[in-house]
Amino acid sequence: MKENAVRLAFLGTASISIIVVMLIFVFLGKEAFPFIKDPGLSQMLGSRWAPVSFIRELYGIYPLLTGSLLITILAILISVPLGVCGAVYISEIAGNAEREFFKPFIEILAGIPSVVLGFFGLVTVAPLVKKIFNLPSGLTALTGALLLALMAIPTIITISEDAIRSVPRSFKEASLALGASRLQTTWRVTVPAALSGIIAAIMLGMGRVIGETMAVLMVTGNAAVITMSPFESVRTMTATIAAEMGEVPFGSAHYSALFWIGIILLFVTFALNTAAMRALKRYRMN
Amino acid sequence: MRSRKIEPAIHWGMRLITYSILIVIAFIIIDIVWKGLPVISWEFLFGFPKKSGAEGGILPAIVGTLLLVLGTITVALPLGMASAVYLSEYAKQGKFTNTIRLAIITLAGVPSIVFGLFGLGLFVLFFGFGASILAGSLTLACMILPIIIVSSEEALKAVPQSLREGSLALGATKWETIRRNVLPYSTSGMLTGSILGIGRAAGETAPILLTVAAFYLPKLPKSIFDQVMALPYHLYILATQLPDADAVRPMQYGTALVLIALVLGVNMFAIIFRNRMRKKYRW
Repeated sequence: MKENAVRLAFLGTASISIIVVMLIFVFLGKEAFPFIKDPGLSQMLGSRWAPVSFIRELYGIYPLLTGSLLITILAILISVPLGVCGAVYISEIAGNAEREFFKPFIEILAGIPSVVLGFFGLVTVAPLVKKIFNLPSGLTALTGALLLALMAIPTIITISEDAIRSVPRSFKEASLALGASRLQTTWRVTVPAALSGIIAAIMLGMGRVIGETMAVLMVTGNAAVITMSPFESVRTMTATIAAEMGEVPFGSAHYSALFWIGIILLFVTFALNTAAMRALKRYRMN
Repeated sequence: MRSRKIEPAIHWGMRLITYSILIVIAFIIIDIVWKGLPVISWEFLFGFPKKSGAEGGILPAIVGTLLLVLGTITVALPLGMASAVYLSEYAKQGKFTNTIRLAIITLAGVPSIVFGLFGLGLFVLFFGFGASILAGSLTLACMILPIIIVSSEEALKAVPQSLREGSLALGATKWETIRRNVLPYSTSGMLTGSILGIGRAAGETAPILLTVAAFYLPKLPKSIFDQVMALPYHLYILATQLPDADAVRPMQYGTALVLIALVLGVNMFAIIFRNRMRKKYRW
């Protein structure tokens, strides 16, 4: 009797995660819904985001989508080679003592709050970008991408390293016995065997980059323009919500539009994370 | 034979890349400590801000962040630990368990600003808590729940199966076994994992932006329905919203230092504690 009550109590508490996920969908939907009726969803399919205007408010989200996309691509281009290289080095080449020396650094980097990285970017990285590339302003997509790459690196290194280390020893031994060098074994046997884990790491890193708010808000300049140039200012979806939510009247079309952006973000990260989990499951099976 | 020659070169290249990541991390920390340390004083830590934070101290922001962290763990810790006990000790393979796991993964990936929107919609508006410590803590609790569940489950799984079997064989019920033979050996591990979640809650800005944080409020809160200042949001305000940001640079560095000292201090404590525990319980 009592045993069953205890079991049910634990079961009830464990369902909290399901309830929270459902509530997130319900309440984002609830606040976003009015937009469908009033300006209509087609209003979001436009190339100008000007939600505050005396003449006509425009809710085109293309510039925000391209802003997020550009920054994500750049950040991934920077962080993937560095992160995968780091993971291979730490797991295959570094000695034990060296590995123990690296760990706290990666943990520290993962722990730095994004607003602190944003602040560092604003004060130190932005002036540097401005000087090196001779730009009128250092607040560019590239500056944001550099900081986001820093945030994605711990995720990419930790998960890739785990994947690389779980490659069975026999694979490497067989390759070495056939006369392959250590270098050939690492890049032609170990890394391909761990590939699904590495891809999962990259996708999780991407999820983190797309959802990041404070650092991009502080260093990308926030101009809602459609561009694919790393040296221009862009405005991401996350930064738009953070910057504008404080000033909108509750229940207005602008307010609902911001919730729609939240829903888009939710679905993109959800897709990336479930795909990553699939890939992880595959390498754990091996 | 060619590859034998280029092998050391490539290894050195990879070493260089890995160390340059470390150097960047070290540079960030040293930069903030170096420029922030001269600002730290009694008056800065325990004084009230003046002129929108351009002068004076940051006491309300420190107190606000500590209160938010306290509120967050009060909610998230029991829920997260109990969820982990269910998943590790009771759950059988099946649809329900899979749904819980999928929910945890989903939750772990939700962007922090989306948690902010959710907290605004549910706690601030629907429950009518307003922008308050209560709404902010609940929002942050939802955010760190997956971290607590996953790390607690790991701690529970580390307890050897033989301890459970021995207890059950002696006639103890399931709950007695969990209470007497599993929890005593896993609680410290569950707490350490959870501390990492606390570090995250203390440093996040986006969720509290919409649910609790005040731009400038130079007094201490009286109840959980009050707004508070918080360290991460205060840093954002100082760095981007004041008219003459360059003039308040020392204040910005000071606030950044206090924030990373708090977050990294908490994390460091967790890591050291975890390593000691690992040595103590070796099965």
